[in-house]
Amino acid sequence: MTADTHKSSGMTKDVGVYICLLVLAGIQFVIAYQDISAKQMFERMLIVAIIEAGLALLFFMHLADNRGLRWFVIIFTVAVLFGLQYGWTDSYRLTNGVPWAQ
Amino acid sequence: MSQADLSIHGQVSRTQATEVMTAPTFSVPAKKMAMWLFIIADTATFAGCLVAYGFIRNASPNWPRPFHGVANVALMTFILLTSSLTMLLAVRAAQMGDKAKAFRWTAITAVAGILFAALHIREWMQRVGEGMTLFHNPWGTSLFGSLFYSVTGLHLLHVTGGVIALIAVGIRYQGGRYNADDLEITGLYWHFVDLVWMFVVPLVYLLNLSH
Repeated sequence: MTADTHKSSGMTKDVGVYICLLVLAGIQFVIAYQDISAKQMFERMLIVAIIEAGLALLFFMHLADNRGLRWFVIIFTVAVLFGLQYGWTDSYRLTNGVPWAQ
Repeated sequence: MSQADLSIHGQVSRTQATEVMTAPTFSVPAKKMAMWLFIIADTATFAGCLVAYGFIRNASPNWPRPFHGVANVALMTFILLTSSLTMLLAVRAAQMGDKAKAFRWTAITAVAGILFAALHIREWMQRVGEGMTLFHNPWGTSLFGSLFYSVTGLHLLHVTGGVIALIAVGIRYQGGRYNADDLEITGLYWHFVDLVWMFVVPLVYLLNLSH
């Protein structure tokens, strides 16, 4: 593959991912106008955002090309995100009181 | 085995040992690895802010939904996503050795960042005009204003930093002091700023739309 062909296929992939991201961002805006509960809306939007972030990480930030770094980033980030979930029960206690208040 | 063979083998093994010792982590150059570590740390910062926002939103019974339209935030999203594409084009041009083109795309990315920041500040001014400040909110809990300005402000700070970095690195790249790798590393940061916005928009704006 020549340098020009490689550059051309790379740019095509970049533009393709960009269009996918625009479409996914559009889907988030469509979800915002759906007649669903806030919880359902949050879940759907979060799924779309995670897909968007995955595409950006893999193709814009080139994690798809480096397996070792990809696993390092994923494991560390997921561990941090799980660690941050400790306070949800307390936030429910603030609105609902019992049984968590005891 | 002759003395000459031993010498050659000794030389090879020393070279191999040096290569092993100096091989960068994950085959990533040190500067790029430093940027990845910064991005991971910054992910924790933004995740902390957004999760705290979620805790407080969940725990506030009179949480307001003050946003009536999405035109401004949609335009901001479009500009930021497009700036990520222009950044990729800048890096690709730099890797092909086309300095002028790389600088031009970097400058376009920086202009897109400035435009995004201007739209963001204009939106803040509108909110302040409606009476929403850091410690006051006419529609419900005052915590909404605090969190809105904190989360979007942190992102705006990153965009501003990114624009400054793009201008500085772009000029130095044009002047021959930096190379394509430096531009790529700055691009990594810019894509990260874009990535964070993908979570800020639904959580801070779209979930607070009035229906």
